[in-house]
Amino acid sequence: MYVADSRASGAPSADGTARAPDRPGRRRAAVAPTVLALGTVSLITDVSSEMVSAVLPLYLVAGLGLSPLGFGLLDGVYNGVSALVRLVGGHLADRGRGRHKAVAALGYGLSAVCKPLLLVVHGLPLIGAVLAADRTGKGLRTAPRDALISLSSAPGAQGRAFGVHRAMDTTGALLGPLAAFLVLRATTDGYDAVFTVSFCVAAVGVLVLVLFVPGPARPPAAPARGRGPAPAAARPTLRAALALLRRPEIRRIALCALLLGLATVSDSFVYLLLQRRLGVPEGWFALLPLGTAAAFLLLAVPLGRLADRVGRRTVFLGGHVALLGAYGLLLTAGPGGVLPFAGLPYAVLLLHGTFYAATDGVLMAAASQSVPAALRSSGLALVQTGQSFARFVCSLAFGAAWTAWGDRTALGAFTVLLACCLLAVGRAPRGTPTTAPPATGTTSEEAPA
Amino acid sequence: MTTRARVLVLVCTIVLLAAVATASVLHAAARSERKDRARPGGPGVSAGRVALVGGGGGRIVFRNMAWGPHRDELSSVPADRPGAGRTASGVRCLRFHAAAGTGICLQAVHGAVQDSYRAVVLDSRLHVRAHYAVGGVPSRARVSPSGRLATWTVFVDGDSYANSTFSTRATVLDTRTGKLIPSLEEFRVVRDGRPYHAADVNFWGVTFAADDRHFYATLATQGRTYLVRGDLATRTVTTVHDNVECPSLSPDGTRIAFKKRVKGLPADAPWRLYVLDLRTGRETALAETRNVDDQALWRDDSTLAYALPGDYGADLYTVPADGSGAPRLLMKAALAPVYLGTG
Repeated sequence: MYVADSRASGAPSADGTARAPDRPGRRRAAVAPTVLALGTVSLITDVSSEMVSAVLPLYLVAGLGLSPLGFGLLDGVYNGVSALVRLVGGHLADRGRGRHKAVAALGYGLSAVCKPLLLVVHGLPLIGAVLAADRTGKGLRTAPRDALISLSSAPGAQGRAFGVHRAMDTTGALLGPLAAFLVLRATTDGYDAVFTVSFCVAAVGVLVLVLFVPGPARPPAAPARGRGPAPAAARPTLRAALALLRRPEIRRIALCALLLGLATVSDSFVYLLLQRRLGVPEGWFALLPLGTAAAFLLLAVPLGRLADRVGRRTVFLGGHVALLGAYGLLLTAGPGGVLPFAGLPYAVLLLHGTFYAATDGVLMAAASQSVPAALRSSGLALVQTGQSFARFVCSLAFGAAWTAWGDRTALGAFTVLLACCLLAVGRAPRGTPTTAPPATGTTSEEAPA
Repeated sequence: MTTRARVLVLVCTIVLLAAVATASVLHAAARSERKDRARPGGPGVSAGRVALVGGGGGRIVFRNMAWGPHRDELSSVPADRPGAGRTASGVRCLRFHAAAGTGICLQAVHGAVQDSYRAVVLDSRLHVRAHYAVGGVPSRARVSPSGRLATWTVFVDGDSYANSTFSTRATVLDTRTGKLIPSLEEFRVVRDGRPYHAADVNFWGVTFAADDRHFYATLATQGRTYLVRGDLATRTVTTVHDNVECPSLSPDGTRIAFKKRVKGLPADAPWRLYVLDLRTGRETALAETRNVDDQALWRDDSTLAYALPGDYGADLYTVPADGSGAPRLLMKAALAPVYLGTG
């Protein structure tokens, strides 16, 4: 079941089942306007936030003369807070109609006002507090935004919709640092200018959200007419949100994400390993995340569409096979390695980006199919938080393994672990298909590009 | 609201915000011109020749921070008259150190989009002998007493895409052979007598012994810092003391000046200047009571020089190394000093 979006034009569609083409005689737009609007919001917001992230170390060291060490320690805490806030945001968004947009706007707005605050606070604790508020905003908005994306897309086109959104999001992440460094280049110690510009950009993002993302979708009566799974249970209470885990198909997806997350070594470690084992030169180190992002950007849409066609589960697992490949390359290379060819770092980054493109949006697309519309936001938040939690545990475990055994053995162990998790998940019964759209979807939704 | 009205609102707001953004960029750009004009009352700076050897008498060579056309240039003043007019070399450095006619200069390279940084080995006439790309913001630099080895530490922003983890990278260079140790993280670590591996090991603030083989540095892991003694021949570092950052070995090789993280101080100003006696392990607090975030420099065996934040970025102070006396202002608007032709 899904709730079709109400278009910017405000024309409501007829019912909660399959959506008729927009205008008779014309092919339905490939991606819903709401998704494009949300993609634009994410693009703009990411330009804004990545502008700040890109210059923050420089600002702390060169601008304020602070020592940034130990700052990273708090990062895990922030990410933990952000994951919890995500659950809260997801739950809040499901309570009452049209709350998705309101909660998302609150999240985007909170992050936006943090930018000028960076200008006025100067001590490390206060800067930490502002960054925590910024993360809180990010946590709040993620689940309602993803819920809006899924609610405004046809069941058979969820993968594509999330792919388009993630590609736009990543484009912003790539443009942000560029914008920041152009500002720094044009000025002297222009950190204040970077923060001001970042705020202006963020404000535009919030405005686009408020103006162009439709609010309350439809009266809640509509879903009852769908033939999707257990429509009656769709009362957005906290208990109902937790009861989602009793649904086998959601539990399966959450467990799958959790299990694979436990073997997903964090980005920082991947880049560290790249540098140590493949000898990536100093000057390139900061560019490694851009390599992953570029591959993610290019592959998000094709892999999202592939997920719609061959099954989200297949593509999701395939993404982890790509990650397994990246681990394998890192293992076989390095000092005394057997694969000393120059393109190896590129291959690792390509596989790493493929992993994100095949898993990030695709997981949301898969989860969307099992969560009733009324609990969409909570359900997505639940799956995301489970995954983040698993990855956090994995980071701690990987750090400990590195300490105990050294980088190569640790990576070897986690490669085996990932392979085992993949086998376990791959062999598990599929149950309710996460592949094909549910019965309410019609093939007419699968509009070719 | 109609679509037309929405677009109108959006366009108007964008125009308004664009004006604010442009104004802030222009304001920050104009700052560059202000900083290129000398401030009345500031030290006189004139272009001239600066060398790392000869020249007669003791001199201090440092990064000139005074506003004006010679901002950030290596400059020199007579050691006995640090307030005298400065001679600027035209060589710009963010961090600098020199010994026995060899200088190490960490400088910014202005790129089309992003500044990058490099470490430059300078000869005694400040000509470039070699340069190396570094992967982050310069933090510390040192040359061994013989002038043979050089080291630098940079802050590496490892993961700008996903989160804000920071790390440091300490590099050691043999300027004679060109052999580079890109990161001390390659070295074996012995902590409390046992081999130690961890992903989160960071090194910074290397200081060399006179034998061009041993060195001291800060090792950080799991939220703690250690003073380590390193051996370039065996590629090993061994922890010798707790809670030591930015060590600086005295010319006689018996003491380490360092910044110590003192309990109860605010998180953004946690350090005090201490001296550790390597033979007895005894720590002595120095007379400076302000927060010091610098790798101190031994002027001689009894006096330390260090930077504190000042109106133009940084001012230099000196303090006795035995805990007595009081800090004294050495010069305003200066950073990264070395004493040449003295002792």
